[in-house]
Amino acid sequence: MPETLRARPEKHQPWLDASLRPYIHIDAVTKQFGEFRAVDRTTLEIHRGELFCLLGASGCGKTTLLRMLAGFEHPTSGRILIDGQDMTGVPAYDRPVNMMFQNYALFPHMSVEQNVAYGLKQDGVRKPELKQRVGEALEMVQLGPWAKRKPHQLSGGQRQRVALARSLVKRPKVLLLDEPLAALDKKLRERTQFELMNIQEELGVTFVVVTHDQEEAMTLSTRMAVMERGQVVQVGTPSEIYEFPATRFTADFIGSINLIEGRVKRVEAAGVLVAAPQLGCDLEVTGATQVREGQSVCVAIRPEKIAVAPNAEGAGPEEGAPNAVRGGARNSVRGTVRDVAYLGDSSVFRVDVGEGFLIEVTQPNLLRSLERKVDWDDAVVLTWRADAGLILTE
Amino acid sequence: MTATAGERRKPKGRATALRAPFHALAQRIGLSGRGLVVAVPYFWLIAFFLLPFIIVAKISLSQMIIGRPPFTDFFVWSDAWLPEIQAYLDNYRWLLQDSLYWVAYLNSVKIALISTLFCLLIGYPMAYAIARAKPTVRTLLLLMVILPFWTSFLLRVYAWMGILRNTGVVNNTLTSLGILDQPIQMMNTDFSVYVGIVYTYLPFMILPLYATLEKLDGALLEAAEDLGAKPWKVFLTVTLPLSLPGIVAGSMLVFIPAVGEYVIPELLGGPDTLMIGRVLWDEFFSNRDWPVASAVTIVLILVLVIPLALFQRHQAKVQEREA
Amino acid sequence: MRGRTFFLYTALAFGLAFLYGPILSLVIYSFNASELVTVWAGFSTRWYGELLRDRQVLSAAWLSVRIAVVVATIAVTLGTLAGMALARHGRFLGRTFFTGLITGPLVMPDVIIGISLLLLFVTLAEAIGWPASRGMNTIIIAHATFCMAYVAVVVQSRLSGVDRSMEEAAMDLGARPVKVFFTITLPLIAPALIAGWLLSFTLSLDDLVIASFVSGPGSSTLPMVIFSKVRLGVEPTVNALATIIVGIVTFAVVVSGVLMHRAEKRRQADIQNAMREAGY
Repeated sequence: MPETLRARPEKHQPWLDASLRPYIHIDAVTKQFGEFRAVDRTTLEIHRGELFCLLGASGCGKTTLLRMLAGFEHPTSGRILIDGQDMTGVPAYDRPVNMMFQNYALFPHMSVEQNVAYGLKQDGVRKPELKQRVGEALEMVQLGPWAKRKPHQLSGGQRQRVALARSLVKRPKVLLLDEPLAALDKKLRERTQFELMNIQEELGVTFVVVTHDQEEAMTLSTRMAVMERGQVVQVGTPSEIYEFPATRFTADFIGSINLIEGRVKRVEAAGVLVAAPQLGCDLEVTGATQVREGQSVCVAIRPEKIAVAPNAEGAGPEEGAPNAVRGGARNSVRGTVRDVAYLGDSSVFRVDVGEGFLIEVTQPNLLRSLERKVDWDDAVVLTWRADAGLILTE
Repeated sequence: MTATAGERRKPKGRATALRAPFHALAQRIGLSGRGLVVAVPYFWLIAFFLLPFIIVAKISLSQMIIGRPPFTDFFVWSDAWLPEIQAYLDNYRWLLQDSLYWVAYLNSVKIALISTLFCLLIGYPMAYAIARAKPTVRTLLLLMVILPFWTSFLLRVYAWMGILRNTGVVNNTLTSLGILDQPIQMMNTDFSVYVGIVYTYLPFMILPLYATLEKLDGALLEAAEDLGAKPWKVFLTVTLPLSLPGIVAGSMLVFIPAVGEYVIPELLGGPDTLMIGRVLWDEFFSNRDWPVASAVTIVLILVLVIPLALFQRHQAKVQEREA
Repeated sequence: MRGRTFFLYTALAFGLAFLYGPILSLVIYSFNASELVTVWAGFSTRWYGELLRDRQVLSAAWLSVRIAVVVATIAVTLGTLAGMALARHGRFLGRTFFTGLITGPLVMPDVIIGISLLLLFVTLAEAIGWPASRGMNTIIIAHATFCMAYVAVVVQSRLSGVDRSMEEAAMDLGARPVKVFFTITLPLIAPALIAGWLLSFTLSLDDLVIASFVSGPGSSTLPMVIFSKVRLGVEPTVNALATIIVGIVTFAVVVSGVLMHRAEKRRQADIQNAMREAGY
């Protein structure tokens, strides 16, 4: 869904262009705090004009990485290049980057105007230019009339915009945003997401955003990096990461997913056949995978890619699932509904497919109706296309 | 993951090449600036707080003479290259032999202990009441507890002289009401010393107690009551243990200075109220025996080492929590 | 439940009466015409007149005030540095030791500080000829030493309430550390500095024991003069002096209290306005 809202031209994908030099180059950076290794030999390349998200649970090292970009922490080993310049030994106040802090860190003893002007004053910008640039910055975030106010006289959303204006007014090469929307309530957050994207597109500044909120990362980013225990697990566009997670961790971390353990029974050109003891049948998975027969794998299927239907007597699939790979075929499994959660736009079902193994299924509520076609304890049949699943080996 | 290959060394821009040494310099200055922040107060405290104790310890090992300074040298420069150390343990032996000193130590500790206990008994309910008051009233009450601290300590002790005298406010009132035939002797007794110490140090007990009690989550008390504990049981099993850090801090803030108190026993106590601060003062100013006074000081510090360590630990914990 | 509340408030009332009774008696008897301080003989302001004619008291008061101003200024400077070191410098060599040096003067009995500093000054004078004489200078050093500990604690506690990202934001916007300190940190901890200055001023003005040890001939501070008077018995002029001090302190506290209350009220109103405008 977020993808379709994107106004970004399809061809703007600088990371695919091998001839382009990355704008930010994080080169084998490690950060050690005593015994604890916060960032572990991380390498990342971020291109000019990207809106790049660092996504991960708290303590995964994403904030430390951001703080190293800002210059508040220094890598134990490895180096960081911004626009070709080695940042090693360059203090925070001399870096061509600015940061928007999680709690905004607005100076409480200065007015909105003075807050925004602070950075320009450090550069010795003269009065007329200073005034003009502060005015422009406040205009951009629509805070002109509030220029004389103190931070405590503003609402949360306004404070966020002051922080944004303050960090952009110096025209940094890179803007770092630490959980930019975390302090806002849900409605405001959604609105602000789009504002942030528009401003980024307008100015063309490279944004690096740290967030723990996957929805936020999916909406905002051109590309994102999923981090775990100080390491980058996967880098890709939001759809790449959602549809083709590289590991169980990524698959499980982004959205919900059903992970079914199994063993490869047969490998063919069209796909593979996996024996799934938890389901008591074999599953067909098509798509490119490099597995050999007998290997233990995991079949991952997103809940919304499974269809659920009442298992009317005799109308179900024949006992015993497929035993051959038939391209484009559907997998089907019988089960009993254990849980139903009605979410308005969709419903979530947890279906017991044998010996307590639960498969989660999400169905859009397409028709307006108070009745449930599928309810607690109903016998159902689950079906999904062979190309809906994904084989994970890690 | 992403290829680390393609390590083409990018040529450094001219600007960077020029700026690099400045950055290094700036960082070094910044670093020493940082160091200076620690070094100045550090040096001051070593010079004027730690070094004095070492000198006291040194003088406590010398002998009194008539002269300037009125004690023998610690180092004697004879013909040899190295100085000889002349240390006498006479002063410490003297402290042991004369019962005056250790009676004074014991008495000081006893008076300080009992005063601390009374401060706790009076201060705890007060701190608790303030912590449970409405926020607006709370600030006012807290201010009222602190206010006496800002007025002169000496004058507040002096006020009790006027109250406790035989012709003082209390005796006058009681005799004029016919409750007493004769005034009771309250001034110049141990009683008046206790009153003076409790009165002076009460705010020092209330403030740390208030600080811990105020942080106490009311939901904890409700949870305990919800689980069936009677109010006094809630107090004993939840409130009291959680306020222990405040009790320790407050008690040390009262006990330690009270042991070495001079002004209160001098003004309110009788001639036989022996407290070590007074003995020390007399030894120094009346007898002018600096070595013995130094030995008395060293022993007093040793007496206070354990409570000092307790207080230190509390402060360190507070700092850790704040950091 | 009700019984407990009743008990608490009764205890509080008695406790406050205990704290204020003696001060009140000082004030009342300062207006007593009789020389026998506690026997009421009618209203009079004669002791105030006598106090103002007492040259010894006046010169001692002037000396004490001068000392207290210098002490408070030195103590705030050193104490702020110490508080910064404790709150912002993470680990440094001998941090625990430093913490010990800071908390020591807070509780150490006055007699110990007094005697040890005097012996230090005597030893230094023998060894390097400084301080040549004892008086105002030695009292200032002694007072600044224990006052800086109080300031350090106050500043550290205030600093721990100041979000570190505030200083990082300033640095991120291009300000060098010294600039960050003067444009961001200092304004934010200003209330603590004012409190620390006033606290040091009061502590210095109030100290008898340490000053008695380290002062020299001819430099008697106000507490030393009061002490020599009241040691011999009650002195009506001392009551008058106490009343003046209580009056000044009460006035200062009430005024600052009212100002703070007003500022807080305006702040609350501002916050509510902002919320309303945002449509909450």
